[in-house]
Amino acid sequence: MKNPLRILLAPFAGFFDLHARTHYRAERHSMALTAGIILAASVGGFIEIAPLFTIDETVEADPHMRVYTPLEQAGRDIYVREGCYACHSQMIRTLRDEVERYGPYSLAVESKYDHPMLWGSKRTGPDLARLGGKYSDDWQLRHLADPRALVPQSVMPQYAFLLDARLDTESLPGRLAALRKVGVPYSDEMIASAADDAIGQASPLSGRADGVAARYGDGTAVRAFDGRADRLTEMDALIAYLQVLGKLTDLPAQVQPVAEE
Amino acid sequence: MMSNLTVQERATAMLIATAAGVVGLLMATAGRGDAMGVHGWIVMIFAAAMFAIVADKLEAPEPTEDRAASYYDDPTRVGILIALFWAVVGMGMGVWVASQLAWPDLRFDAAWSSFGRLRPVHTSGVIFGFGGNALIATSFHIMQRTSRARMPNQVLPWFVLMAYNLFCIIAASGYLMGITQSKEYAEPEWYADIWLVVVWVAYFVLYIRTLARRNEPHIYVANWYYLAFILVVAVLHIVNNLAVPASLVGAKSYSAFAGVQDAMTQWWYGHNAVAFFLTSGFLGMLYYFLPKRAGRPIYSYRLSILSFWGIVFFYIWAGSHHLHYTALPHWVQTLGMTFSVMLLVPSWASAGNALMTLNGAWHKVRSDATLRFMMVAAVFYGLSTFEGSFMAIRPVNGLSHYTDWTVGHVHAGAMGWVALISFGSIYALTPVLWRRETMYSWKAVEWHFWLALGGTVVYVFAMWNSGVIQGLMWRTYTQSGTLSYSFVDTLVAMHPYYVARALGGLMFLTGAAIGFWNVVMTIRHVPRAVPALDYPTSSEAHEPAVPAAE
Repeated sequence: MKNPLRILLAPFAGFFDLHARTHYRAERHSMALTAGIILAASVGGFIEIAPLFTIDETVEADPHMRVYTPLEQAGRDIYVREGCYACHSQMIRTLRDEVERYGPYSLAVESKYDHPMLWGSKRTGPDLARLGGKYSDDWQLRHLADPRALVPQSVMPQYAFLLDARLDTESLPGRLAALRKVGVPYSDEMIASAADDAIGQASPLSGRADGVAARYGDGTAVRAFDGRADRLTEMDALIAYLQVLGKLTDLPAQVQPVAEE
Repeated sequence: MMSNLTVQERATAMLIATAAGVVGLLMATAGRGDAMGVHGWIVMIFAAAMFAIVADKLEAPEPTEDRAASYYDDPTRVGILIALFWAVVGMGMGVWVASQLAWPDLRFDAAWSSFGRLRPVHTSGVIFGFGGNALIATSFHIMQRTSRARMPNQVLPWFVLMAYNLFCIIAASGYLMGITQSKEYAEPEWYADIWLVVVWVAYFVLYIRTLARRNEPHIYVANWYYLAFILVVAVLHIVNNLAVPASLVGAKSYSAFAGVQDAMTQWWYGHNAVAFFLTSGFLGMLYYFLPKRAGRPIYSYRLSILSFWGIVFFYIWAGSHHLHYTALPHWVQTLGMTFSVMLLVPSWASAGNALMTLNGAWHKVRSDATLRFMMVAAVFYGLSTFEGSFMAIRPVNGLSHYTDWTVGHVHAGAMGWVALISFGSIYALTPVLWRRETMYSWKAVEWHFWLALGGTVVYVFAMWNSGVIQGLMWRTYTQSGTLSYSFVDTLVAMHPYYVARALGGLMFLTGAAIGFWNVVMTIRHVPRAVPALDYPTSSEAHEPAVPAAE
């Protein structure tokens, strides 16, 4: 009896033969192999990635989408530095249980200014895409300082040291300028006053607070995030960031998405 | 070892070390006040150590050996030892972070010891430290043997090996200080990335120049895979790490891409790091050491060709299966899923080719733990590629994604396939490299084998259980149509599996430590024996470099 696999593959026999003969010649020349490998490995990436930059529907349009304030961006950098993304995703999938647990599913526009994106790949802890406003600053502060004091079963590390770490504001103009180079629409004024705005956002009574609202919108949260207006800590920045998660645009709530079962 | 270099070569090496030291000095000066400055000091110390090692032998007499009559194995030997060192470090870190998930207070009262900072030390430690060094070292060995030619140069392989390890050290120390781009498996910051490009170009040049000197009309299969590893990793690395530094005197940079494009680029990189770092290169190992050890020719040359080009072409498309049900456009998700499923064909062709090669040598698998390492690696390769294709199917992924199932899948591949084939290769290689009669203790190899296999099974089963349970708990509804479990409920259910996982990891780590000890004891205590025909020969020689078909 003939081998069934052979019968199944018979129509492709010509291709396989050609392929094998071509390879047989190529494997005598290292540069032919090199060119072949690069060519074969380029196709998929090119077809999948390049159109994401050219097809307009890839990212929804939202003229009201705002950028991160310097303080929030500093908080985001701390989130990255501490590796929070290793256990927390920021991407609610289009599944019913996720929408019910975390809120409207994530849209592409929401991470439009996220360099890099922090969609994550593992939920050792819950998704954080819509964390903003879910808990008070005080809860966030106490939870970050000692997670098991509030959630006894938690396995999250303690971040009490953030409360003692002064936030580095000198580097903020450079950071915003770099972000502008990769496409975040920060104005010259935003970059120039980045350090002031960071301080102002966390000390509402200081003269610097008004500039934050002027530059980033009236809806921007201006308050002492770590409960102390006298000093600007890394805790201020991180909580400011956590409180703005999911708040940069209200498009997801407007779309009223219907999730898949 | 350095006295095997000519005086000219020693001077070149010292010059390179000096140049690296100057770069370190620049980084330390410019980056003071930033973590980059600390890295400058690390570069300087590393360069000074390299300089001192060579300078120590500067006065030694010129080597007299006939270079054309032997292979150059000194960097390979050092590479194998470094790989084993990183194995113990990286797996040790793995056991620590695994334990932190079971007992979260198992840390110091310092920022560097939190899970978020330690986890990349584990992943980079095992992938780049252990895996990368094992790949570089075995590729040095294999490219010379299968080409029947010595490397063209004695400084270049040292540069590749040492400069690569400098990258690994910069990466690991950076994570502890909080330097990371957050891109998984591509965490090191911009200057480390640039450095790796330099190393990689040198590696490619060395490989191509060795192949150019071959006394063999054809390039052997193993080399195709190593070439694909070197080339595609270069492309992936450069594109995924495109970024703008916030300051040239600081470590922080921002990815050139944002949001959905960044996610796609990251997982195009991430999945193909699995393909071309953790699969392609290790298949190169398999295609050399397995037939060599079994004394059997590769079952099918045609199958090798088919699976090689299948892997190179199909894998690249598969990355988007990491982004099912996300904001990534549906058509890209579908493409990723389709190609991931098709990928099973070349993957199983490779695994099948390896196992069929063992036909006629199964009695050796029973008695020889080294060959058994390779056989079980091929089995795990087949299992985890099947599991991978399965998990890439959208509804399955809906359950498995974000859970420990993914972690279990990765470890079935990383422990069962990548680590086992590496250990098998190292045990096959050690007596040849150091000109020893045999391994110091065959009993220890057996112990290592069973600890590694047991550890992998415990680990993978624990993660399957926790992953599937958590995925199901997240989507369980009560009769009244509300979610049954809070997130914390699901976390509590994970605890016993996290304990089991840490135990499985500890078994695996113990095996690796035994292996390291065994290799060191072999070098120190086993009598010398020169293997037959382990020197460059003309292509008309009777003995083929790898067992050949009739």
